[in-house]
Formats: sequence, structure tokens, C-alpha cells
Amino acid sequence: MANEVVDHGRRRFLTATTAVVGGIGIVSAAVPFIKSWEPSARAKAAGAPVTQSLKKVELGQQLIVAWRSLPIFIVNRTPAQLAELPKADPLLVDPKSEVDQQPKYAQNETRSIKPEWLVMIGICTHLGCVPDFYGEIKPEPFDPNWKSGYYCPCHHSRYDIAGRVYKNVPAPKNMVIPPYHFVDDTTVQIGVDPEGAA
Amino acid sequence: MANVFTNIGDWVNERAPGMMPMYRAHMTEYYAPRNFNLWYYFGSLAILVLVNQIITGIFLTMNYNPSAAGAFDSVQYIMRDVEWGWLIRYMHSTGASLFFVVVFLHMFRGIMYGSYKKPRELVWLLGMLIFLVLMAEAFMGYVLPWGNMSFWGAKVIISLFGTIPYIGNSLVDWIMGDFLPADATLNRFFALHVIALPLVLLLLVVLHIAALHEVGSNNPDGVEIKKGPKGNRWDALKPADGIPFHPYYTVKDLVGVGFFLLIAAFIIFFAPTLGGWFLEHDNAIPANNLLTPAEIKPVWYFTPFYAIVRMIPSFLGSAVWGVLAMFSAIAVLFGMPWLDRGQVKSIRYRGTGYKVALGIFVLSFFGLGAVGAGITAEVIPAWFGDVDLTTWENLFGRLMTLLYFGFFAFLWAYTYFGWEKTKPVPDRVTTHD
Amino acid sequence: MTKPQNTMKYLLSGVALVFGLLVGTTTVPVHAEGAKAPLMRSGADVRDQASLQRGARLFFNYCVGCHSLKYMRYSRMAEDLGLTEKEVMQNLNFTGARFQDPVISHMPADLAKTWFGKDPPDLSLEVDAKGADWVYTYLNSFYLDPHSPIGWNNTALPNAAMPFPLWELQGTQTAVMMPAKDGDSAAVEKLVLSHPGKMTPAQYQQATRDLTSFLQYVSEPAALQRHHYGIWVILFLAFLTFLFALLKKEYWKDVH
Repeated sequence: MANEVVDHGRRRFLTATTAVVGGIGIVSAAVPFIKSWEPSARAKAAGAPVTQSLKKVELGQQLIVAWRSLPIFIVNRTPAQLAELPKADPLLVDPKSEVDQQPKYAQNETRSIKPEWLVMIGICTHLGCVPDFYGEIKPEPFDPNWKSGYYCPCHHSRYDIAGRVYKNVPAPKNMVIPPYHFVDDTTVQIGVDPEGAA
Repeated sequence: MANVFTNIGDWVNERAPGMMPMYRAHMTEYYAPRNFNLWYYFGSLAILVLVNQIITGIFLTMNYNPSAAGAFDSVQYIMRDVEWGWLIRYMHSTGASLFFVVVFLHMFRGIMYGSYKKPRELVWLLGMLIFLVLMAEAFMGYVLPWGNMSFWGAKVIISLFGTIPYIGNSLVDWIMGDFLPADATLNRFFALHVIALPLVLLLLVVLHIAALHEVGSNNPDGVEIKKGPKGNRWDALKPADGIPFHPYYTVKDLVGVGFFLLIAAFIIFFAPTLGGWFLEHDNAIPANNLLTPAEIKPVWYFTPFYAIVRMIPSFLGSAVWGVLAMFSAIAVLFGMPWLDRGQVKSIRYRGTGYKVALGIFVLSFFGLGAVGAGITAEVIPAWFGDVDLTTWENLFGRLMTLLYFGFFAFLWAYTYFGWEKTKPVPDRVTTHD
Repeated sequence: MTKPQNTMKYLLSGVALVFGLLVGTTTVPVHAEGAKAPLMRSGADVRDQASLQRGARLFFNYCVGCHSLKYMRYSRMAEDLGLTEKEVMQNLNFTGARFQDPVISHMPADLAKTWFGKDPPDLSLEVDAKGADWVYTYLNSFYLDPHSPIGWNNTALPNAAMPFPLWELQGTQTAVMMPAKDGDSAAVEKLVLSHPGKMTPAQYQQATRDLTSFLQYVSEPAALQRHHYGIWVILFLAFLTFLFALLKKEYWKDVH
């Protein structure tokens, strides 16, 4: 048997085939380990959509709920507040919400699905503080012509009652509108777009 | 394309010229005997399992919580919430048990073929050290899930150290860092299991292989190929009965790897607890210092040694004798190169007495395992009815202990007094072609 | 090198030995439980999805009032049992949890201790800890016991603190006692159905089989996936080993 001539071609072929199949095996074995880094069921549960009833939110009142560890401002806006929105346009950086800070269905004057309900992530676009809610239309120390909105205590950025940022303040953009939709007229779910939308 | 690699290769070679010679010395020009049989697969399989334990262990550590409050929950988190966590966990637990299957068979090969004899005593001693460290590593690993058996197993084994006179009790508190296995114990076992002992293990494995390569491998005939004729078809100066480790044994070991992975995969995917042998049922209950399991027994690979502890009675007011006996059962293996005075290495050419004694030794190891695992506690009433279990189990277990230690005593006397009648050892290795 | 026939012999006997060991260890239970009475065979099968669904329904109707499954999320259960989110939230979720949350019973621990003497344990790993056969036996072994503080007892777990929630389905069993030996208290010889329930004995056994299967699934949800992947892994490895063997044979022509 030592007299057999070595078939190098066959050796190369077998070695290559085995290497390829073995390689497939190793890559397949690596997949579970790499996938184990994906968000676990626990992480996904913590980031799951939040359903909130709006029944108890009175006119002019703000409710804050948590979604993905973010504060979500829900405001039941009064007709007076809504009437002020178009008038504020010249004072704002991005009145038409052209910068991508909201889903398509919130790219309007009220930055919302239903005009009276504001649903917004309450994080200042300057350096991340949570702005204070100043819902009354009355003069304030930081603005004698205050028409309701938000005032950030950290560096004094101001936003209107649709979360649109005023000119000449540190914050550059409007506050973010999260994906959300109305489950029914008095219930909102934050984290999921409306069916067929955006 | 190949040019790029050649250039990089040359660049490295200029700066680290010793690397290519090292590769040649340990792979393509390491001449191993041509007659390796099935018993020779277990060394490379042990390396495979070690790599598995390290990789799966690292990924488990990413999600495991080493606190007494969070450990058990984190294991369930891995099993249920982490993508593919169940597979990583089962690969690790199955690997741990298979590690001992492989290592026991690997050690048995060494005993059968006299691989511990001169000039390989150092290889054997390093291997025994690896075995000791492996047992500590496995013991600590088993505590980490913090199930009820983790807790009680830790309590019982650590309290064995309490039998040592004078220092026993302080020693136990020192090991635990508390007055019972607790958060402190778990945290330090985590540190030791995850980094300290694996580093020691890796170092010992490197030394073990280095020591082996210094003197060359043994073989099933126990014939020293370096002392035989020179000249084979690859190198005129190397042993005639040697073949280059790479590619011949690398490719042969791959076949062993394939079969081994098939067995491992069957267990992992179809029987991960192996009926309670690999993952014990009592560990599905969280650690509870007020709820003792019906039977505290160690994982299967410790059962023979644990049985020895149980079989030696207390006297002179101390239970330390059982503990000493258990450690002696392992210590005596360290002494194999000096206990065995025979000149013939391989069982193939040794006296009949040796073969019988070794067979009895293996049976005694299994017998002790049966005692330690609680099998005798079930079988004795089942076969013999209403007899005094303790008496009979002690009788059987003590006989097995005697046979276990008796092997070493016999081996020494058999070879020291020249009672052994060996067969003539051939000059060349025997292969059947 | 051993003769090819011998190698084959050793290989096959090695494989047979390993296979025998594997079958032996997986079918022979390792632990002897305290109750020496033989266990009933549960016949639980996690691969029977319909059985799991029925078991889930039973669990949420009769058990979740006291017992949590704190490691099992509703969403995971929906996925594995082939149920929609709506089906789970409407028909199984009585705890008011979100879909992604785990199954937590609202039995207050302190009240439970007062009423039953102990906190009803979480059942996520019960089948893992005690075995499917034990759980099945337990569910079939409740009987009326006038001497017990709660009026119930169980031959699988003597003096259990748990009242029997499924008596409407099974009916009520009473114990026939063995004649008492001197000094020993009387032992139960067997249980008889003294009042029938809504289910026939066969139906009740199937119901408890379903419940046991469900709890076995809860103990290890991964069981469903590992069977599925295992077949492919083993087929692949068998093929790869075959290639390794061919490669080895080819190179070892040099050695002869």
C-alpha cells in the first residue's frame, strides 16, 4: 500500500470540501452567540408600548408617563392654547416641523394626531433636561408675552404648547414626538404607529 | 493575494524568527508513534472541551448575576429571555460533565500504557495537577447557579475541611467568608471559577503539552520510538516508527472530534439533564438553608471520591479520617511513577496479575461511584428486601474502598518483589498492516 | 494501526456502549423521592400543542389565583402555544399584567401564610424539580381528610397545606386506610372516588395530563426549540464526520 501514488488533486479537493463544510459549521455555531447580544425578552418588555387612559386628564392639564425610561408629556390642550399656535410661527426656529423630530402624522401645526392631545417626549433638545410645563396663558418672568408652553430650567430654552422651539434659545430643535396612536377615543398607546401610517 | 500573505509572513518572521520553528517542532516535525489507537483521542478532545467551556462560559458571564439574591433568577433569565441563552447554558453544563468523561478516559489510557513512567513522570504530575484544578473549577461552577443542591453541596464539601483538628472551624469560615455559604462565598467562587482557575488551567495545559513534547509521546505498545531505528519516509533522521503529528494526527483527531460532537449534540438537544445526572433536579429549587434535599450527593464525577469519605468511620472523636482517605485516593495517583516498579510500560506485555488488578480497580471505581450516587441505597432494598441498609452499604462500600487502594498496594508489591511475569516487548511498534 | 475490521468493531461497540448509556440514564430516574409509593405515569408531552393550550386554560382558571409562574411571560406563552396576543389577554390574563410581563399571582404572601400556613410556591420549575410523573400523581391524589386543618390531604405529599382546587372536575376522593400496626399511625391503602365530579375519571386524567404538560413546558420552554434544531445539528455533524473520515483515510494512505 505504500506504493500508491499520492493523488494531490483528490487531497486538495477533499481538504477544500471539508474546510468549506467545517467553515459553515463554525459560522452556524457562532450565530447563537452573536444573537445572544440582541435585546433580551426582558429588555424588550421594559421597552414595550405603554397604554394610557386619557379619561382623567382635565382640560389644560399635563400627565407624565414613562416609556422606555423617557418622560412622555400628555397634554389636554384648550381651544385658547390651540388658537395661539399659528400666531407663534414667526417666533419659532422650525414652525413647519421640517426637521425630522416627529412621525409624518404629527407633521402639522399642532404636531399631533388629534389637535387637542399633545403626546411628546419631554426631553429638551439642548442638553437633555426635562422642561417645566407652563400651561397658562399669562405673563411669566422669563417672557412677558407667554402664550403657554415649556420653559427649561437648565439653560432657559423655551418651547410653545406644541413643543416647537423658540428662536434665540440654546435648544436647536423641536421636542421629539414619539410613535403613538389612539386605541380608542380615550386611550392612547405610546410606542406604536397608527395602522397604515408613517 | 497570496503575495500579501507571504509579505506579512516574512515581516513577522524577521521580527519573531522563533515562531515558525516552534510550529514545526510541535506540529509538522513532531514525530508521534504511528500506532495510536482509540484511547489516544481523549487528549485533543480535552482541549476541545476546554475551549468550549471558556467560550460558553464567557457568554454566560455576560448575563449571569453573581449575587445570592440574583444568581438563580439570572440563570432562568439566560434560559428564557436571552436569545439562544438556553443553548449556551446547555453547552456549558454538558461540556462540564463530558470534560470529566474525557479526562477519566485520558487518565486511564495513561495508566494502561504506562505513560506515567520514565521519562514522562513530569507529564503525568502536571496532568494530575490539571485534574485537581479541574475538580475545584467544577465544584465552584456548580455552586454558581445557587440552586438548593449548589448550596447544600457547597455546605457539605466545605464542612469536610472542618474536620481538620484545631484549625478546622476557622478554616471553614475563612473559605466561606461567612458562617454558612452566602453572598461572600458565591462572589469569591465566581471570581475563582471565571478567571483565576481558568488561567491556572491554561498554564498547566501548556506546560503539560510542552513536557510531553520534550520527551515524545508514548504508544499502546509502550515501545520508545526514539530508541528504535532512525529514518522514515518524511525525515531520514527521525524515528522510523514516527509520523508527523500534522497532518496525520490532526486529521485523525478530527474524526474523533466529529464523533464526540455527535454525542455532545445528542445530549444537548435531546437530553440536556441526562435524567438528572448532568443537571440535578434539586437544583431547580432556589438555595434554601432551611430545606435540606432528601439526598445530598455530589455530581456524578465526584461520587467515587465522596463515597470514600462516607465509608471511613469517625474515630478518636474526629471525622477527619474520611477526608484524609478521600485526598489520599487522589494523592496516590500522583505516586504512580514510583509505585509501579515494573520495567514494562504497556498492559499488552504485562503480567496477568496486573490485568486482573486493573480490572478490579475499574470495577471498584464504578462501585464507589454507585455508593456515592445513592444507587446502592436504592438497589440493596430492591434486591435484598428488608435488610439493614447502612450495614450492607458500608460493607460493599468499604470493600470497594479496599479494592481501590488495594490496586496501588498490589501494584507496588507485584513489581517491587518481582512477582510480575511480563511478556517480551517488541522492538518496533505493532500495527496491523 | 489496528486492522480496519478491529477498528470498526471497537468503534461500533463504543457507539453502542455510549448509546446504551445515554438511553439508560435518560430513562431511569436518578432520585428516590421521600414518598416510596410508585408514581403514576403522566404521559405528558410538550410537543402536543393542543394539550398545552388546554393545560394553560386549566392553570389560569384554577391555579393562578395562588400560584405564580414568575419566569414565564405571557408573550412567550402566546408564541409557543400558538395563541394571539388578544386570545391570551382576554382568555388567560386574569392578573392584569401587560402582555410582556411574567405571570404573577396576586395572592398576598402574608394572607396566604395566615390562611394556608405557607406561601403557595411559584410553579415555574415544579416539573423540573419534582418530575412530570410526580406532579401528575399529586394532582390525582387529593382526598378528603377530616383530620387535616384545611380538610384535604394528598398521598403524594402527606399533610400538604394546599386545598384541592379541581374537586369540581375530579369529584372528591376518600382514603381507604390499611389496618394500623401497633404504634404506627394508619397508612393509606388506596383512594376511591366517593363523589363524582363534572369529568369522568378518564377525562380528569387527560385534564391533569394537559396541566402537567403545560407545567413541563413552563419548566423549560426551550424544549420546543431544541428538539427542532437538534435534528438538523445532528444530521450536519454526521455528514461532517463522514467528510472527516474520508479526509483521514486519504491522508493515511501515506502512512502505510
